[in-house]
Amino acid sequence: MLLEIDNITLLYGRIQALHGVSLNVGQGEVVALIGANGAGKTTIMRAISGIRPVASGKITFNGEDITKVRADLRVIRGISQSPEGRGVFPGMTVQENLDMGAYTRRDTKEIAADLERVYGLFPRLKERRKQAGGTMSGGEQQMLAVGRALMSRPKLLLLDEPSMGLAPLLIQQIFEIITEISKQGTTILVVEQNAQQALSRADRAYVMETGRIVKEGNGPALLDDPAVREAYLGAA
Amino acid sequence: MNIGELLRSFPELTVTGVTQGAIYALVALGYTLVYGVLRLINFAHSEVFMVGTFAALFTWGLFGLDSNTERPSIGVALLAILAAIVVAAVTSAAVALLIEVTAYRPLRHRNAPPLAFLITAIGASFVLMEVAGSLTVRRPFGVPALLPSKPLFDIGGWAVTPTQVTTVVVAIAMLVGLDYFVQKTRAGRGIRAVAQDPNTAALMGVNKSRVIALVFILGGLMAGVAAVFNDIKTGSTKFNVGFLLGLKAFSAAVLGGIGNLRGAALGGLLLGLIENYASALFGSNWRDFVAFVALIALLMFRPTGLLGESLGRARA
Ligand SMILES: Nc1ncnc2c1ncn2[C@@H]1O[C@H](COP(=O)(O)OP(=O)(O)OP(=O)(O)O)[C@@H](O)[C@H]1O
Ligand SMILES: [Mg+2]
Repeated sequence: MLLEIDNITLLYGRIQALHGVSLNVGQGEVVALIGANGAGKTTIMRAISGIRPVASGKITFNGEDITKVRADLRVIRGISQSPEGRGVFPGMTVQENLDMGAYTRRDTKEIAADLERVYGLFPRLKERRKQAGGTMSGGEQQMLAVGRALMSRPKLLLLDEPSMGLAPLLIQQIFEIITEISKQGTTILVVEQNAQQALSRADRAYVMETGRIVKEGNGPALLDDPAVREAYLGAA
Repeated sequence: MNIGELLRSFPELTVTGVTQGAIYALVALGYTLVYGVLRLINFAHSEVFMVGTFAALFTWGLFGLDSNTERPSIGVALLAILAAIVVAAVTSAAVALLIEVTAYRPLRHRNAPPLAFLITAIGASFVLMEVAGSLTVRRPFGVPALLPSKPLFDIGGWAVTPTQVTTVVVAIAMLVGLDYFVQKTRAGRGIRAVAQDPNTAALMGVNKSRVIALVFILGGLMAGVAAVFNDIKTGSTKFNVGFLLGLKAFSAAVLGGIGNLRGAALGGLLLGLIENYASALFGSNWRDFVAFVALIALLMFRPTGLLGESLGRARA
């Protein structure tokens, strides 16, 4: 397993947001995490990237215990995140934002190649590379956040609602890009409200409710699960 | 109001205002850098400056220069100034870093509320000032005569002394260098990232502690350079030299838009000019009064200062 999360709990002050969550992501997999608003999906992402400390439990990455490793050092180990709300640096240009994604790297030539690869995935970003991140449209910022997360050459890519705020055509496109990134060899954990797309493209998926994992299985199987269909796909 | 005096002395007031403004601007940068990254007003920055004024005196002492010695040759004077710049900048940066590591960092590790930082800042300022006060028995120290006092040129009342030229040239070089560093280098991008969004910066692999240490160091370097020229300009220093100057430099940072580097430079320059024009218009007793009234009036119309808030957010 590339990522193993073992029974973690997490507190925001006195509010307990995660109640013993366990979750695995294998090398090369695309794993989806779905659940209602406030279930704790974003909180799991924060715990994995180290933005928030866990209160108990263990996180193992690539065979090493990273539970206590600082967030910036986890990037060097190969974890990268496109955060909820995108986190585009508003006063930096598109190009500078992408350069920030490669902040931990020194291999200038390879960075340039990866930049071209990201521009290949998102031609819009190339057109706008001199524009300030803060003045990009919501959808453009979403592309920028995903592209930037790729710039660190992650072993594990964490995507928190990559389709948020995108037009239907673009949603389709971003999921195609996710599949493409996965084919190029990156392991992906994706949080999504768009359960239909996420489940049909994921190898496996977890369903969360109020700080707990309540279901797991392979993507297409969950897509057929009546309870999941009712709760997340708006079907009876 | 003495408009005649203002008009008569306008060139001289402008030149001294710009020189004074250059010193304010250099100190203001330290407030603005730290504020941009930590949202903290580092009141102890005035003491970072104060230590620099003594470090410069110490350096000149090594050259055998003190307030009783004859003015040296221009070559020696420039060398002594250069040496003082290096020593004062390094000393001030070290003190700034020491304050961060011993006072603020422990608070951050304990997730202390903003008020605790503010009180600590004021406390650190007084501690440093009083330590310097007792080490120097609270007496003023004279600065050696360095550059010739005769103006380099005098065209229709626009006279500029070598000291004024040196001050402004060095200040501009420091400002341009800092701006380049923050805008164009990788470390500078790290500073802007933390200023704009600390959590996302961590997701990019930016070490926040290192960025914070870096802004204290940069602010200290600038304050040390300012200290050298303040010594030369005023001819003496004292343990509490940072108090009023720090307050004014902080005001200059607010005037330009705190958190904004170019704003700090602009604010410093304006404050220096306003003060000098005001002292001609209303008498020198009123100069601080007028400067602060102008500041308050401006903030009523532009609450975020002239160039707006935030490091890098306002790019222009
Ligand atoms: N910074 C915070 N401080 C306090 N409580 C928080 C904080 N962030 C999240 N929470 C709480 O933790 C719980 C889980 O939030 P989280 O953001 O992980 O949900 P989510 O599953 O990502 O929801 P959504 O689908 O709306 O993004 C919620 O009850 C939320 O109110
Ligand atoms: Mg969320």
